[in-house]
Amino acid sequence: MRKITYAEAIREALRQEMKRDENIFLIGEDIGIYGGAFGVTYGLINEFGEERVRDTPISELAIVGTSLGAAITGMRPIAEIMFMDFTTLAMEQIVNQAAKMKYMFGGKAKIPMVIRTPAGSGTGAAAQHSQSLEAWFTHVPGLKVVMPSTPYDAKGLLISSIRDDNPIIFIEHKLLYKISGEVPEEEYEIPLGVADIKREGEDLTIIATSIMVQRAISASKELKKEGISVEILDPRTLKPYDKKTIIESIKKTGKVIIVHEACKTSGFGAEIAAMISESESFDYLDAPIRRLGGLDIPIPYNRNLEKHAVPQIEDIINATKELIYG
Amino acid sequence: MKLAREKLMDMLSKMYKIRFFEEKVDYLFSLGLVHGTMHLSIGQEAVAVGAVSALKSDDYILSTHRGHGHCIAKGADINLMMAEFLGKETGYCRGRGGSMHIADIESGNLGATGVVGGGIPISTGVGLSIKMRKTGQVILCFFGDGAANLGAFHESLNLAAIWKLPVIFLCENNMYGMSMSVKKAIAIKDIAKRADSYGFPGKVVDGNDVLAVYEFVLKAVKRARKGEGPSLIECKTYRWKGHSKSDQNLYRSKEEIRSWKKKCPIKRFKKRLISENILKEEEIKMIENEAKEVIEKAVDFANNSPEPSVDEIFEGVYS
Ligand SMILES: Cc1ncc(C[n+]2csc(CCOP(=O)(O)OP(=O)(O)O)c2C)c(N)n1
Repeated sequence: MRKITYAEAIREALRQEMKRDENIFLIGEDIGIYGGAFGVTYGLINEFGEERVRDTPISELAIVGTSLGAAITGMRPIAEIMFMDFTTLAMEQIVNQAAKMKYMFGGKAKIPMVIRTPAGSGTGAAAQHSQSLEAWFTHVPGLKVVMPSTPYDAKGLLISSIRDDNPIIFIEHKLLYKISGEVPEEEYEIPLGVADIKREGEDLTIIATSIMVQRAISASKELKKEGISVEILDPRTLKPYDKKTIIESIKKTGKVIIVHEACKTSGFGAEIAAMISESESFDYLDAPIRRLGGLDIPIPYNRNLEKHAVPQIEDIINATKELIYG
Repeated sequence: MKLAREKLMDMLSKMYKIRFFEEKVDYLFSLGLVHGTMHLSIGQEAVAVGAVSALKSDDYILSTHRGHGHCIAKGADINLMMAEFLGKETGYCRGRGGSMHIADIESGNLGATGVVGGGIPISTGVGLSIKMRKTGQVILCFFGDGAANLGAFHESLNLAAIWKLPVIFLCENNMYGMSMSVKKAIAIKDIAKRADSYGFPGKVVDGNDVLAVYEFVLKAVKRARKGEGPSLIECKTYRWKGHSKSDQNLYRSKEEIRSWKKKCPIKRFKKRLISENILKEEEIKMIENEAKEVIEKAVDFANNSPEPSVDEIFEGVYS
């Protein structure tokens, strides 16, 4: 099958969906001629024009609020917030308005909007351009949180997100934009709330999100050389998330490591670990649940410090060996 | 306005240092020696130097992602800046902040924020603190034209106005916020006009004329010190280089860039100093060479400095 990058897969989903439904439009900073800070929307303005690829001034709160207003009156906006760090400026509209409107109004409003935003460190952009804040959003009923780790998932999950009638936080990763993988040319949906087993294995389950899925895959190749077979499970969406697949995998392997880039304290791994310990799979565990996450520090600028601030391939390898060899 | 010769020499020297610092880091970047991104203010040196020269040394500034110039104008040690830029332990922020977050709290440089507009409310708070502590200082807050469209700008200007705080809001209008032309982003011609709606003076200044910037900021400083409240000063200038390292400059023409390069603030200041018989060509050359040397030494200092230690990675999160 044809291979394209994660950024291209997202662009393709946007393009195909915009062709299908003329109510879809893009809104955000520098998404037009600049193509977005990471080039994801590059060229779309030539195809769809300024009306539907709408450059805005630097006004995150208004970008989200405007999207919300358009969404409840028949449009299907897709907003881009240039860095996940800047969703903090739009929190009022995301958390108090978009997330609650439907329920608060007795289930009546439809809110078909997507907020795309890149998270993550590794680019040397330091503390205010490198955060992974997904756990915050999972704490807010009314939002859905999607976090693709491959080009294939990025396209299918984005299409499903666009067709969904709820506000969706679609979290991309800066370091994933350039990775390539097989992606069908036609449109396809990946249902929200369904995990994917990225590698089947017997000895231990690694539950990983976003860039950590790629790191876990690299780790698994090394571990295989030592005869350790790991199963890699990517929840793909954090809200809703697929408890059943997690439970089944743990029943099979009896060991689990949860790894994400976000700070370990109060990270989404805590939710998964708690869910596991409340579930029937707890009795199948023959080692403590292990979590790997970012250190509790703002992301530092220095290259080496930055690398140490979040889990790397070696950390996954070491943690796996510790659990396997006891 | 008559300024002492030493003051003028200092201003010229700072402008050169900013230019050479940024040309140097641009070069280091092209060699792949710099991690991350950076935002250059080449072409805007008159704003930083003109504005900060109107302050006393114990006054405060708040800076932006495009902040190297503000920092140098405030008298930063360029060795420590370069070390920070290269992520070294000896840098102003121990290698934790980098190009976008240089701060020197002790000298009154309260730091650069990477979040556009993020410094504006903070400056209102600094103004409040000055007023409550009755120190007679002022705070000068730099921000770009793009930042003037955030809610934070409006909320902060209003607060500073009703409480008559000693804040100078200094808008560095370089015509673009990333690719967004200010003409597209704002429906009025001058951002300075927005001060009207909060009830304090707003002035437009030629931001490539260092002495004009100085003069306007000085007026605002005097007003602030007298307890008459804030001012908004909009300096019209231009960024010669791309927004950051990912910029292909597709949103503006080569002619436009060329026409602004002809209005180089350093050349303009130099010409004036010569035509008014304040400095001779050779004296200027000396200032220029000295500035170059300072930058070269800073690169040596940074290169010879140690990396931050991973064992200390948690240091600095809490007091
Ligand atoms: C709140 C926020 N939104 C978006 C960005 C991304 N960004 C960084 S600089 C910039 C343009 C800023 O324009 P302006 O304020 O005019 O300053 P300039 O870059 O021209 O110096 C943008 C959009 C950011 N850093 N912070």
